[in-house]
Amino acid sequence: MEHYNMDLTLKIWRQKNRQSKGGFRTYEVKNISSEMSFLEMIDVLNEQLIMEGKEDPIAFDHDCREGICGMCSMYINGKPHGPWKATTVCQLHMRAFKNGETITVEPWRANSFPVVKDLVTDRSAFDRIIQAGGYISVNTGNAVDGNSVAVDKEKSDKAFYAAACIACGACVAACKNSSAMLFVSAKVSHLGLLPQGAPERQTRVVSMVAQMDKEGFGSCTNIQACEAACPKEISITNIARLNGEYLSAGLTMENKLTT
Amino acid sequence: MTWKQMFTSSVGKKFVMALTGIFLISFLVVHVGLNACIWANDNGKMFNVAAHFMGTTILVRIMEIGLFLGIIVHLVQGYILNLQNQKRRSVGYAVEYGNRGSKWYSRSMGLLGTLLLLFLIMHIWHFWTPSRFGGMWSVQPLSEVTYPGTQIEYHNLYAEMLTVFQNPIIVILYVIGCISLAYHLMHGFESSFRTVGVHNNRYLTLIRYTGRGFSIIVSLAFAMMPVSMYLGWVK
Repeated sequence: MEHYNMDLTLKIWRQKNRQSKGGFRTYEVKNISSEMSFLEMIDVLNEQLIMEGKEDPIAFDHDCREGICGMCSMYINGKPHGPWKATTVCQLHMRAFKNGETITVEPWRANSFPVVKDLVTDRSAFDRIIQAGGYISVNTGNAVDGNSVAVDKEKSDKAFYAAACIACGACVAACKNSSAMLFVSAKVSHLGLLPQGAPERQTRVVSMVAQMDKEGFGSCTNIQACEAACPKEISITNIARLNGEYLSAGLTMENKLTT
Repeated sequence: MTWKQMFTSSVGKKFVMALTGIFLISFLVVHVGLNACIWANDNGKMFNVAAHFMGTTILVRIMEIGLFLGIIVHLVQGYILNLQNQKRRSVGYAVEYGNRGSKWYSRSMGLLGTLLLLFLIMHIWHFWTPSRFGGMWSVQPLSEVTYPGTQIEYHNLYAEMLTVFQNPIIVILYVIGCISLAYHLMHGFESSFRTVGVHNNRYLTLIRYTGRGFSIIVSLAFAMMPVSMYLGWVK
């Protein structure tokens, strides 16, 4: 693809802290290479802001910048992670945009993901959901000899697809109900489908859903917007699986679960 | 886990929506089947006899209470969930792209449901109340009809239909109601099965196409009833 440079107008959400109101500010950036990533473009803008010394650089989350850590989170022109399918914002390249374009950048919007500063949101609600049951309680030991624990190929594939979830929160950002079901169902599926995670299937799904409700996420109406926004293309079939697990726990678990 | 927990968590509330939804879908099968009797072209005899059976059989009357409960639970729970879900995002987005990957009717179940509720109020007032309570709130007093071979006096609901559907505005409102039903079901049919945990891809494919077929065929059949009466296609 041919390289080109572009000048852009950026409308970016600025918010001093959790309490302040926040609003959009407009910035101009020049000579942006089409081969830059979106975050590198923001870096250029931040350098510009630091040099000018008039206002603070824009705060945004990022870590690995190779699409696997799940930290970056920007809502670009109405889409979580921007216009490309199955791409995190760090892997979104500027060739997705044209010279002279205006780009609007917002943080994830959900009451469960409060804005900390500018484009940074507090996504610790996801950590607390994991703490509620997204794990295997016992040490399952060293890697055992191959095939000593039989795992069905179909199930292992499904578990691995679900395990690709990087917990970025794009599903919540895309959902009209701010539901976290795609995230929770990916974790429930990933662990529940494998033999090591199977014994705690019921307590896991009940505890994680209870924590999800406590954190104030909405309920799922199966509209599938999350699946389309997910950079890891987690399937909403996982949500149906979670529903099934929850139903079977609801029908058969004898003990009241205290969380 | 307790029963209460099971039906009051966010997933549990959706179970309630899905189960009542599936129940209401099953009611539509009965309703459309019975109403199709108007096309027997016997001046409404088959339809009136079928309606009489439904109105006088004790089991059906008991199930009718269940039906009303189902509708009420479905709509009250639906509105509560809709309201709660809207409150999960106090600060909205400046750029609403629409939701990539989701259909407009999937996002508008509340609106479609409201249209259906308005339709239902009109529909019940047209046919159910006059049939159950005589002419109390009827558009016109129900005529009675007897058929040779029996002494039973039947409510002439067929005549009621013919009268109601002489008004083109009512016919248009009914058609709008049926379109709302089609889109509501287009999402609701598949979604309800997903909510109760169907995740096997073979079944999901089956349910998807059955659902789409059901939504279109049933709604079209319902819509054709007022239209064919207005245009005088039934004898």
